[in-house]
Amino acid sequence: MSALRRRNAVNAFWTAACGAAVLLALLPLASLLWLVISRGVGGLSLDFFTHLPAPVGEAGGGVGNAIAGTLYMVGLASLVALPAGVGAGVYLAERGDGRFGSAVRFTTEVLAGVPSIVVGIVAYGLLVVPMKRFSALAGAVALAILMVPPLARSTEEFVRLVPGTLREASLALGVPAWKTGLRVVLRTALPGILTAALLAVARAAGETAPLLFTALNNQYWNARPDQPTASLTVQIFNYAVSPYSDWHDKAWSAALVLLLLVGLLNLAARLLARGRGGRTA
Amino acid sequence: MPLPADILPAAAVSARRGGNRGDRLYHAALQLLGGAVLAVAGLVLLELADVAAPAARRLGLGFLWRNDWDPVSGAFGALPFVYGTLVTSAVAIALALPVSVGLALFLSEMGPRRLRPVVSFAIEVLAAIPSVVYGLWGLFVLVPVLRDWVQPALARALGFLPLFQGPPIGLGYLAAGVILAVMILPTVTSVTIEVLRTVPASLREASLALGATRWEAIRMAVLPFGRAGIVGAALLGLGRALGETMAVTMVIGNSPEIHASLFAPGYSLPAVIANEFAEATGEVHLGALAALGLVLFGITVLLNGAARLLVAAVARGSARSAR
Repeated sequence: MSALRRRNAVNAFWTAACGAAVLLALLPLASLLWLVISRGVGGLSLDFFTHLPAPVGEAGGGVGNAIAGTLYMVGLASLVALPAGVGAGVYLAERGDGRFGSAVRFTTEVLAGVPSIVVGIVAYGLLVVPMKRFSALAGAVALAILMVPPLARSTEEFVRLVPGTLREASLALGVPAWKTGLRVVLRTALPGILTAALLAVARAAGETAPLLFTALNNQYWNARPDQPTASLTVQIFNYAVSPYSDWHDKAWSAALVLLLLVGLLNLAARLLARGRGGRTA
Repeated sequence: MPLPADILPAAAVSARRGGNRGDRLYHAALQLLGGAVLAVAGLVLLELADVAAPAARRLGLGFLWRNDWDPVSGAFGALPFVYGTLVTSAVAIALALPVSVGLALFLSEMGPRRLRPVVSFAIEVLAAIPSVVYGLWGLFVLVPVLRDWVQPALARALGFLPLFQGPPIGLGYLAAGVILAVMILPTVTSVTIEVLRTVPASLREASLALGATRWEAIRMAVLPFGRAGIVGAALLGLGRALGETMAVTMVIGNSPEIHASLFAPGYSLPAVIANEFAEATGEVHLGALAALGLVLFGITVLLNGAARLLVAAVARGSARSAR
């Protein structure tokens, strides 16, 4: 009987240990969210969203140009990366079973693991060196290269989830393969693909490293693709590592804005994923 | 083998032809997009090699194991950065793996069902937070906590080890390792859950039916079955930790030297690229940084490949034993 009691005690101990692991994991999350909100919310005002950065020690000022720059570069990147990533994913699901397909799939996996800073170097060599200046375009290209592999992988998964009977029914009715692919298979997988696309956009909006030496930064508004451009993430980094405490406050406020942006995109992705479940049921 | 046209109705033939043209175009477009992925990968390697070339010619292979870095006097050695990257990643995985496995067991084996979605949502939030925000939190929260509480305590308890000696300044390998641990936690946890899912229920049920407690079933049936997969999860986490840039850059202390103590400031491969690339002095300096990028690229590709193979092997193993 005492052996049983000992075994139950061991069981209780490890159950508690796993519970402790949960608490340990949630502690940094709670601390981070609480601090970003509590230290960031004071600096938020309409000016913070619409004004240019103010010099050190001067009151007011905002990160309007950085928000615009992030949206601008993520938008440019999405223009290329979303169709390319979805297309590559459809290719992998529909035609990717041969040797060439496996090579593409393996390459996608490898590219998905490439550190974002390395992609920054690539965009630097590709665009900054020949153009002889930092530019929004270079930043957007770096972001696009980062967006494609994860998007291709999840698109493949969602397309493969489409029941084969649906495709066969369409083909049996005499619909050509390309129309079946676009109107039936892709259409059915669309909510899932849109979810993956939103998540890719959210990830790109949070990237800093590939922008440091491609888009660099800019103290002013910029709408030209061939000019250095500010971004929310690089601005947070610069504010955080500066020695000035009023810039530290701005870093927290900018971080709150970034978290709101990324959070909204993630929320939209979740709602979309849930909506899909509701419709098919 | 196409059917001869004369035994098919004319309408079907024309439909087939029209369909074929569209299909050919559709498939060609898909093929092109698939090929574009290969082209991008080739471009990544070519551009890296191209930017690194001037340094490779000037410095040679010795670059890899020289341990000094002073761009002004033209000394470029990769060792302090490789060392810093490996040490911080090792600290990260040592801290994250037990917590992740505990979390995964909680979420898939023993937690109350009502709590599970809440915890897994929290883990998803953890994964969605941008790196630079982690860096901000690390710089203003984690570093002071380490400096004022954790490092003095570690020095008192384990100060006889060279790992825990020296002044507690907060910024350094330890801070970078801890923040990396937090950042890779979601990756390791979700892959571990995936692995635990592949464990056949019959194994679990058999040990429970033999009278094992829940923990005994986990220890004797579930964990041994998933061991290779959990190692794969750890390797995937390691792969993420190696390439993580911003948070590490903000807390590692940025000193290109090798120190035995985890309390000392160091440097990592991504961090030095982030800090020096935009203001590099001359093409050899730039090339040396790109060469560091190439080293980083090589390490992560090897690691990710090994990790994927391991996770896939476990999935195959479970398919076999289920049959």
